[in-house]
Amino acid sequence: MNAALLGKDLVGLESLTPEQITAILDTAEPFKEVSERPIKKVPALRGKTIVNLFFEASTRTRISFEFAEKRLSADTVNVQAAGSSVSKGETLVDTARNLEAMRIDMVVIRHGSSGAAQFLGQRIRSNVINAGDGTHEHPTQGLLDLLTLRDRFGRIAGLKVCIVGDVLHSRVARSNIWGLTKLGADVGVCGPPTLLPSHVTDLGVTVFRRIEEAIEWADALNVLRLQLERMTAGFIPSLREYNRVFGVTTDRLSRAPKDLLILHPGPMNRGVEIDSDVADGPHSVILPQVTNGVAVRMAVLYLLAGGSPDWASTGGET
Amino acid sequence: MKPVLFANARIVDPSQGLDEVTSLLMQDGRVAGIGRDVHGPEGAQILDVAGLVMAPGLIDVHVHLREPGQEDRETIATGALSAVAGGFTGICAMPNTDPVIDNQGAVGFVKAKGEAAALARVYPIGCVSVGQRGERLAEFGEMTAAGAVAVSDDGHPVMSSHLMRTALEYARTFGIPVADHCEDLALAAGGAMHEGIVSTRLGLKGIPAAAEEIHVARDIILAELTGGHVHLCHMSTRGSVELIRRAKHRGLQVTAEAAPHHFTLTHERCDGYDTSAKMNPPLREAEDRDAIRGALADGTIDCIATDHAPHHYDAKEREFDDAPNGIIGLETALSLAWRELVLSGRMTLPALIDRMSCAPARLWHLGGGTLRPGSPADLVLFDPAAEWRVEPARLRSRSRNTPWAGETLPGVVRATYVGGRSVFVRTGDPADGASAGKRRQA
Repeated sequence: MNAALLGKDLVGLESLTPEQITAILDTAEPFKEVSERPIKKVPALRGKTIVNLFFEASTRTRISFEFAEKRLSADTVNVQAAGSSVSKGETLVDTARNLEAMRIDMVVIRHGSSGAAQFLGQRIRSNVINAGDGTHEHPTQGLLDLLTLRDRFGRIAGLKVCIVGDVLHSRVARSNIWGLTKLGADVGVCGPPTLLPSHVTDLGVTVFRRIEEAIEWADALNVLRLQLERMTAGFIPSLREYNRVFGVTTDRLSRAPKDLLILHPGPMNRGVEIDSDVADGPHSVILPQVTNGVAVRMAVLYLLAGGSPDWASTGGET
Repeated sequence: MKPVLFANARIVDPSQGLDEVTSLLMQDGRVAGIGRDVHGPEGAQILDVAGLVMAPGLIDVHVHLREPGQEDRETIATGALSAVAGGFTGICAMPNTDPVIDNQGAVGFVKAKGEAAALARVYPIGCVSVGQRGERLAEFGEMTAAGAVAVSDDGHPVMSSHLMRTALEYARTFGIPVADHCEDLALAAGGAMHEGIVSTRLGLKGIPAAAEEIHVARDIILAELTGGHVHLCHMSTRGSVELIRRAKHRGLQVTAEAAPHHFTLTHERCDGYDTSAKMNPPLREAEDRDAIRGALADGTIDCIATDHAPHHYDAKEREFDDAPNGIIGLETALSLAWRELVLSGRMTLPALIDRMSCAPARLWHLGGGTLRPGSPADLVLFDPAAEWRVEPARLRSRSRNTPWAGETLPGVVRATYVGGRSVFVRTGDPADGASAGKRRQA
């Protein structure tokens, strides 16, 4: 029955209902505790084989997934594919068929092309989890951000969360927008107009032209990483000016009517999108996000494998 | 060939203002006469085609036949077969093959292959620039002498305004149009679909409507400067339609085409990363599609052209970003136009036949586009009341990349004649993709 809770794959938060998202967050709660034990292992996925198929470089997400898998006792294989372009070798559909032929249970995929996770999911019987596809979605990042917000505020509904920076190229932003709006938060976006997608307001978000206005409005800021190549591609004139106009600085935060919670999906460019004082300050939850990432990924793996949310607190020891 | 008398056809020929149920006599490869009092000579075959529409054979000024170089996708012969199965008796082959068609020898090759296939008439289009590199003019004079009917760097826009100016000026000597693929490459760079809410949701880089419109505006300005004939390929946006409308009011030699997918589908079709909906120009928004329909109805856009673009099946079986652009279109064009433009009440059947036959023949100075007595008997017979199901494996094209797979479409091509020769007949056999028994009230 619980395979039906999420369906076969997790490709994004856009297609999930608020109830499904809440169920994942609730399932993550007991898994947080597993990572605090001296022996960080439960048998929930014993005997399952999982491939971490990474077509793009990733440290944090790949390690987080690998810890989640190992703490659930799954057998894991990491594949670091050289490039995402078909010109570089085997096509994605051939890769999928080969994996399928090896009788695996799950694939965690990171790929440079939007839609790659869905493409794979439609072609293999194994469960597919999207660990970031192009500029589309990064659902487990969205979920861990939701969990972190819920930890601190006790709720998501009614929160004012502003996503700051390069929304155009950000899969993290899209997953956050879907997750937050579905759970009833008010979502703002703030960044240079060159880095905001067209029709972004049709996603149900408010656009803030100036970071000062966003800070005045928000309960929490989710500060996106500014890819350094955006400057050479002509989206912004310079990193220095970006920091001057859109940087999340102590000075700006000090003028806010209340303390803001600060999230960042990492890796940070200190001194560009966020000042070190803010990143390391008392209101930053950047490291708790990373901790929650493991728990959320355990929950997703567990639920897709058919685990019951009711049994999660036993670590699958049924 | 035995003379053939087609009796009781609804003959629709806007070139002579004809739309009536009557008879047509075909003799010695030509139309010998039309009228109720026309009778076949001794020994003539008499075909009672009551219920069918007879029209001048359709003409498509924009197809990709992939030969030479990509024969796994299509050949001139398979493309010409696909054409006659769709009711087309004339097709203009774009020159972006491998190698490109940028000299008289290559033009002659395409023409000879078309003649050898002996199906639809294949009219070669030559390149604007040598190697389609956008640097210097190809030899328009030699290419037209070898049979080229137009020049185009289609697949690529002519980005250099200077080159476009000289092409328009030089082409005047030979009375041929310069067909331009309108796309500002800097604005469109990396784009995989229309820029809008769907591209934002899918996280795909968008191609704004402005990328097309800027180029359309430039070409219109250059047409005015040079007095040359610019033909704007596959128009897809409302803004382009407005620009063309103004250019025509000013009396400029600007003609334009639109593809069936652009008057049928919208960018929502890309949802789920469906690569059969990936094309360039991309599928746009509902108001763009509606503007294209309106422009075809009022003649702002002169003709329908398919941009028939065959791709091998596995080329589309990949990530959306990496999948090639384009769909095949020759066998579905008439049905889609019939459904979207005529059955919907947007235009009359004679107006549709003008856009799909008379206008392209007239504007590009091709043969055909008329059933006037004495003209070559290039004609199509189609059943407007029948339906067929699009089954990609049964299409005549060598490729199967169509977004209409599995759909049932109205309007079935029954037979196609080129120069009085029967080049295509669809039987009532369901395996042939059409059911004779399944008739709807038109």
